[in-house]
Amino acid sequence: MNYIYDLHRTMMSQNLILVFQGDFTQETTKSILTMAERNLDSSGEESTIKRKVFNVMVEALQNIVKHSDELVDGEKHSHAAIFLIGRETNRYSIMSGNPIRKTNIAGLQKKLDQINTLDKEGLKELYKGIIKNTTISDKGGAGLGFVDMARKSGAKLEFSFPEMNAEYCFFCLKVNVPRESEN
Amino acid sequence: MYRVKVKINVEQFYTDTIMEILNLEGAEDTPKIILDKKNGIFEISGRSLPEDSAEFYRPVLEWIGSYAKEANGSTEFVFKLEYFNTASSKLILDVLSALEDIQGMKIMWYYHEDDEDMEEAGQEFSELVEIPFEFKTY
Repeated sequence: MNYIYDLHRTMMSQNLILVFQGDFTQETTKSILTMAERNLDSSGEESTIKRKVFNVMVEALQNIVKHSDELVDGEKHSHAAIFLIGRETNRYSIMSGNPIRKTNIAGLQKKLDQINTLDKEGLKELYKGIIKNTTISDKGGAGLGFVDMARKSGAKLEFSFPEMNAEYCFFCLKVNVPRESEN
Repeated sequence: MYRVKVKINVEQFYTDTIMEILNLEGAEDTPKIILDKKNGIFEISGRSLPEDSAEFYRPVLEWIGSYAKEANGSTEFVFKLEYFNTASSKLILDVLSALEDIQGMKIMWYYHEDDEDMEEAGQEFSELVEIPFEFKTY
């Protein structure tokens, strides 16, 4: 039973204010958003920061909903994913983790690396370029989520792909939203 | 059978004078939408993060398609969004593109006075379509 205490201590030491693990749907997304909003409201967070956190959360959660289950050999597999929010004195961290097939890593990594090379103006141009030419995918995405997270947070996207097994890695993403307003 | 036939004929008869009002109640993940030609109210407000944005905006795009054929002399189309996700932003651009060819169209883009991101989003949309935008805070 001690793992309960261990988990609690980890959450405290990592400053995590919310952790959710399981299957992600639009319904869980809405519940998590409501919980996080209440938390930010009750802590009296500035509305500009609150909006940015909310924004990054939605994109991260909807990414998980859209990509954490997939068809393998004609069968639908759902993979448990994890979502976390941390609050430190100078920033919020929105974190997610979900399994990704190894064959899909190169493409995703290239996209994230490209985003991380761009400054504010570059991200804006990339966003406008994509929105003009994109069509909504069969998964319901516009291909703008990561670009938007980078724009709203104003920070580099942190990510890693620790190995799960022969076929899968775990895609870990961390987006930091500074608590001091810009300018 | 007979009654159905009559109903269709009546609708066809009035089609260029009466347009149905599109009225969608807002929810925690979908915006409130009122499109009312007769009273000149065209407004999308609230939060937009539906699970399936293309499906959600389909009736809006269809309504605008019909309106384009018999639009009022001038139209002020109001966007008063608190938040929208990226999938919705693509559909908002589709809505704006559908409005682009309507004569006398003007976009009223509202944003909360301390919401720079929403202001910037409006400016970007205004650069992507050929419609006059007016910016207002609330």
